[in-house]
Amino acid sequence: MEPNDQPEKPLISSKVDAFFLSIYDIFRFISRFFREVLRPPLEVQEFIRQCFMVGYKSLALISLTGFITGLVFTKQSRPSLAEFGATSWLPSLISIAVIRALAPLVTALICAGKVGSSIGAELASMKVTEQIDAMEVSAINPFKYLVVTRILACTVCLPLLMSYTAVVGMMGSYLDIHLNEQTSFIAFMNKAFANISFLDLASSFFKSVCFGFTIGVVSCYQGFNATQGTTGVGKAANVSVVISMFLIFIEEVVIVQIVNSIR
Amino acid sequence: MKPFTPEIDWNDKVISVRGLYKSFGSNHVLRGVDLDLFKGENIVVLGRSGTGKSVLIKIIAGLLKPDAGTVNVLGQEVPELGSTALRELRLKIGFCFQNGALYDSMTVGENLAFPLKRNNPKMSADQRRRLIDIVLDAVGLSQTVNQMPAELSGGQRKRIGIARTLILRPEIMLYDEPTAGLDPITCTEINTLINEVQKRFKTSSIIITHDLTCARATGDKIAVMKEGAFIRKGDFDAVFSENDDELIREFYDYNFIQ
Repeated sequence: MEPNDQPEKPLISSKVDAFFLSIYDIFRFISRFFREVLRPPLEVQEFIRQCFMVGYKSLALISLTGFITGLVFTKQSRPSLAEFGATSWLPSLISIAVIRALAPLVTALICAGKVGSSIGAELASMKVTEQIDAMEVSAINPFKYLVVTRILACTVCLPLLMSYTAVVGMMGSYLDIHLNEQTSFIAFMNKAFANISFLDLASSFFKSVCFGFTIGVVSCYQGFNATQGTTGVGKAANVSVVISMFLIFIEEVVIVQIVNSIR
Repeated sequence: MKPFTPEIDWNDKVISVRGLYKSFGSNHVLRGVDLDLFKGENIVVLGRSGTGKSVLIKIIAGLLKPDAGTVNVLGQEVPELGSTALRELRLKIGFCFQNGALYDSMTVGENLAFPLKRNNPKMSADQRRRLIDIVLDAVGLSQTVNQMPAELSGGQRKRIGIARTLILRPEIMLYDEPTAGLDPITCTEINTLINEVQKRFKTSSIIITHDLTCARATGDKIAVMKEGAFIRKGDFDAVFSENDDELIREFYDYNFIQ
């Protein structure tokens, strides 16, 4: 019997098999990342270029959304607090909301949309036009050059962008409070940070690292394993965003539960 | 018709493929392929689209794993090589993709410098520039060094693709459809370039095509593939003198009568 003619029997059913195989494949992808990230040579130039693409190129969008988030959240919260004569609590309410939840989540969602889709589409188009194969046959490790640098850049840049979003969000909030209550900047900051603990800052930072890693892994995996020509490019970009956002919300719930149990 | 190539060393096999099988799901692409490539020789693999020609050279380059069979390249069994050994072997194999597979985000010069920087980090920028000039001159496109791939024509992209593989001085060249989608004049230029590369860089080549003009101009030997296996091998005249097979007859009629 020829090797080709051996019948292929699914273990459970072809769809269930495919699901578990893809899970196995993702874990192999992640373990390869950790193996390659520690192995020299480090692709420093490409890593810096990716940090520029992920971090610097997202600043304008992050500034706008962060500022508006802080401003609008303050505007929406004021009437409820005003009913109890508690508008003086606005700075601490906003700072808790922004630092604990809004800044990490807004940054991650914006980056999942902007960075995730661009990485997914870029790698997928390189895959379908055989540019990744061309690297492979030129004795270049495409995983290290393309995937490791992008995942690292997302993981490093997301916490920095989150910190920036938090600052810009607080500025939006201060603008609204200053215009309505004539609160000084120092008084605003004193009130805002009175209820913020180290755990709040650390958990937000940790969340952003997880979100960045997730966006990097999901978008690189989708792009690197794209098929079906140009249709595959669109699909990789789309699936990168959808799965990244889905996982970000799941991680948010899990990390909040863990942090609340520590608090 | 390609003239006789005296440089071929019939005692030195650079590629030896035996009993190669490859399937993708229920699609059996290769069914027991045997092939020998001698030093300095150009073999043309002819066949209809989807008969497994590209899969064959991707297995030879280690991009795909075979289901069964042996693939010996320059004395090494490709499917058994680890990643480091495979990377070292690949430095001796040049692979020219159908559409050039140039890196879109880099200029032509950067495309050529990229494999050099990665594989010879100690090479100076001057040495790199000299090598780039040599290979660009070899493919006749010195003026494109600062252009982006998107600004090049299909034929130019293919020639730059060939230049990018030549820059690492490979011993073996694998061409995937080098003349597909090109006008007859550009096809002739590419065919001439393939022969020049064989002579000037002393390479052995496997050329995948379904273009008989390309096969006749570049092949020292022709191997016709049908349904995942070779049905005939030999020089051009020997293969096409007996057109008893329907595929060979149709190929010949389409290319030279239509």
